[in-house]
Amino acid sequence: MPRETLLNIILFLMLPATAGAALLLDEPFIITLVTKAAILALAGVGLNIALGLGGLVSFGHAAFFGLGGYAMGILASHAQSYTPLMETPFLIEGTKSMLVIWGVALATAALAALAIGALSLRTTGVYFIMITLAFGQMLYYFAISWPAYGGEDGLSIYVRNDFPGLNTLDPIQFFAITFGVLAIALFGASRIAKAPFGLALSAARQNPERVETVGLAPFRLRLVAFVISGAVTGLAGALFADLNRFVSPTMFSWHTSGEIMVFVILGGVGRLFGPVAGAALFILLEHVLGGISDFWQVYLGLLLLLVVLFARGGLIGTLAGREVAHD
Amino acid sequence: MKLKSLIAAASIAALSAGMAYADAHGGKVKVGMITTLSGGGAGLGIDVRDGFLLAAKGNENLELVIEDDQRKPDIAVQLADKMIQSEKVDVMTGIIWSNLAMAVVPAVTAQGKFYLSPNAGPSALAGKGCSPLYFNVAWQNDAFYEAGGTWASENGIEKVFLMAPNYPAGTDGMTGFKSTFKGDVVGEIYTKLGQTDYAAEIAQIRASDADTVYFFLPGGMGISFMKQYAGSGVDKKVMGPAFSFDQGILAAIGDAALGVKNTSHWSKDLDNDANVKFVADFQAEYGRLPSLYAAQGYDTALLLESAMGKADVKDAAAFQAALEEADFASVRGDFAFAPNHHPIQDIYMREVVKEGDVVTNKVIGVAASDHQDVYGADCKM
Amino acid sequence: MSLILLIEQVLNGLQFGVMLFLMAAGLTLIFGVMGLINLAHGSLYMVGAFAAAAVAGWTGSFILALIGALAAAAAAGALVELLVIRRLYDRDHLDQVLATFALILIFSEGTRWLFGSFPLFLDVPAALAGPVMLPGGILYPLYRLVIIGVGLLVAAGLFLLIAKTRIGVRIRAGEADREMIAALGVDISKLYTIVFALGAALAGLAGALVGAIQSVQVGMGEPVLILAFVVIVIGGIGSIKGALVGSLLVGLTDTLGGVLLPPLFESFMQASSANSVGSAVASMSIYILMVGVLLFKPSGLFGGN
Repeated sequence: MPRETLLNIILFLMLPATAGAALLLDEPFIITLVTKAAILALAGVGLNIALGLGGLVSFGHAAFFGLGGYAMGILASHAQSYTPLMETPFLIEGTKSMLVIWGVALATAALAALAIGALSLRTTGVYFIMITLAFGQMLYYFAISWPAYGGEDGLSIYVRNDFPGLNTLDPIQFFAITFGVLAIALFGASRIAKAPFGLALSAARQNPERVETVGLAPFRLRLVAFVISGAVTGLAGALFADLNRFVSPTMFSWHTSGEIMVFVILGGVGRLFGPVAGAALFILLEHVLGGISDFWQVYLGLLLLLVVLFARGGLIGTLAGREVAHD
Repeated sequence: MKLKSLIAAASIAALSAGMAYADAHGGKVKVGMITTLSGGGAGLGIDVRDGFLLAAKGNENLELVIEDDQRKPDIAVQLADKMIQSEKVDVMTGIIWSNLAMAVVPAVTAQGKFYLSPNAGPSALAGKGCSPLYFNVAWQNDAFYEAGGTWASENGIEKVFLMAPNYPAGTDGMTGFKSTFKGDVVGEIYTKLGQTDYAAEIAQIRASDADTVYFFLPGGMGISFMKQYAGSGVDKKVMGPAFSFDQGILAAIGDAALGVKNTSHWSKDLDNDANVKFVADFQAEYGRLPSLYAAQGYDTALLLESAMGKADVKDAAAFQAALEEADFASVRGDFAFAPNHHPIQDIYMREVVKEGDVVTNKVIGVAASDHQDVYGADCKM
Repeated sequence: MSLILLIEQVLNGLQFGVMLFLMAAGLTLIFGVMGLINLAHGSLYMVGAFAAAAVAGWTGSFILALIGALAAAAAAGALVELLVIRRLYDRDHLDQVLATFALILIFSEGTRWLFGSFPLFLDVPAALAGPVMLPGGILYPLYRLVIIGVGLLVAAGLFLLIAKTRIGVRIRAGEADREMIAALGVDISKLYTIVFALGAALAGLAGALVGAIQSVQVGMGEPVLILAFVVIVIGGIGSIKGALVGSLLVGLTDTLGGVLLPPLFESFMQASSANSVGSAVASMSIYILMVGVLLFKPSGLFGGN
């Protein structure tokens, strides 16, 4: 078995093992932290489809993360106050059903990614990085100044949404849900990478001219990748909102985009489990360093710097050794 | 320096000795404080924490856990979960910002813990969303603005120009001012949150026929505006809530703030025994002047200690009743809770003056006496 | 809206634009010559402002404060380049983004560690305080006119530096073909350090100049950084001319958008909602401008290829 596969299995089992141990030790907060890591890893898995596979450096994935969050916030707040979302031309009620909310979050984020992607993918390189950032910022300012759903105050949802057969307010059961979603997303991402679509996308990253000569349009390949990527990150946003029972415009801020990117790079760009390793390490650092000093972000910065400078290929690249095909 | 801290220690010991008789009644209380200690806005959280620590110093029955929310709502929510689930705290406090309070407070009270707000007072928590376990020791968000409107109407101000960032705290504040102001609002601008250059707005203010500018711009935004306004040559009077003119901010604005009128429930020159002691102790302990945030942190700890003396926190009904009595010597003078657990207190008008080299505030009158918020009517508990 | 008010607002837009230019020029030079995305450029702006506030506090002299700001930012820039940045030139943009993101964390919290959590005091020198009367009866703050003047002087100086001097030739050569100028015997790593320190000094100067009329606090560089990126992307990355045009475009759009949009919306909406909708659109206006430019010119207005 290659080292990376072994590492992936260990990483994958580490999350439920930690959550299980926390359950036995009666440390529910640790379960919350592991759940957060799983959700942020999911957002990273989404970004990694665009970033690792497609070579599309999006600095605006907070847009999709936030849209997913607001899909949850808006639907649940209407259900909470028993006011319909829309009455004309047809009635739309709010809902507390997690499954419906996920569907809406996926669809909203996918639509937004389609629009943003169709415009942004005309540019390349740094211009692409910055145009995606611009779209994220637009949504951020819109969310802050739009009073209907709380503006900068955000929206509080008092109870977590329902999932058939489970008590979502119990930390371990909510963890199980998020872990299940993450597992499905990881499986999906691995299938995409090996499918003809993924191979063509990779080829378009490495040599667009050649892809074009065999009759495939790199633009369309990239757009599809961007839409899938945005949708997965949107789903993560809906779960993140449910974890906190709260949404606010900070989900749209460029810091969020930066952090999602940090998870991916920290873990290893283009590695299937890179985002899982990156998010877990980030949460661990935040938790451990935060307890040491008020100025813990200095240490976090130094550590990140060391990883970039001396641990090329991120955590997984360093541990597994073998270089994946990446630029 | 050593002597100073010795005196401080002695006076704090005296204070806690005064509390000691009371502690015999109640048991220990574990307090979870989530506040902003890093990143932008850390100054406010540090002041609340330091004020609280000053009042609680030497009280062995009060165990305090402090965490930094980085001003991020999601972090605050997770820390609240941690405090309740892992640390098993009895009482929570510390949050500075309304948006973070809205994220955290409902969850805390839903899990049966007390929450004492040392700074934020969003209207939802004063009205429909009120809770028997939630006490606001600072103010309802509208208080300073309503008092400002009242004072302006009574002091010959006829035409005002309003300015605030375009976000809920900004628009709510201006609505609060308009609700009590009887003159004309000749202009109204809502700026981008975080904006630092106000040249365009100042030009509009200059072009208007307002006699007074009333603005709310928290933190760095207010500093930038005041410095630029002073350099613009516009000579209209300036008013605002205390948030834009607390001690930390005045140090950065300097002389440009002189003469500004601002509403506050506290000022360092308020002449009551508790306040004189607080200001002296705070300066001795930390070597800087206290801000209103420090005063609120201090009062929060005093309130908590007063209730600890009367009831056991495990008996929620009794502890709630003890908190409702608000039987402590507030640094603000008279202090009582309305039925919705929000303060009934005087709001003062202060003016920015120079004392020696220090730019600071001086009370010039009462803007609204026994002020109470209007949301209590919607509160059913 | 009266003509005088409009002219005053255009001046405000110009002043904002000129300020952005000081930031954007360094950013675009560094990208053009070294191919580096530097997110930490805003931190150097902050370093300049804090250094100025500290020096002004000790000496009371604004001139010394400006010199201190230039020196501190250039030194910080050179140090960062030697320790960190030069290891990033041959990396892809992703590594650069992450490393310079890490530098932001270190600079911001490090500054808070040194200077505390409260904003610092820095004021306009007495000689430049107050307004002056311009022809046409416009009362305008003298200090802002000085900023416009300084900014335009720096712009002219930069153009001369790049067009006429030896180092300018090398910078242009470095933009055109990095391997070649190394092969010709130019000490490329020294050139890179100089360019980086120059960009840092410009950012520090901007921070000090603006610090006098804004708030000197931790995190002050981040909003400016984002705007500077918008500027260089609109102008075309690597182009000084593009940075100048982009700065003025962004400065004018942001200022005039905030002034003109709310009344515009009022002409077809209810006054109360027009104000908030107008403000919301105004805060998005520069991003809309940027997207618009990139749709027609995917490499910015003056971008090569």
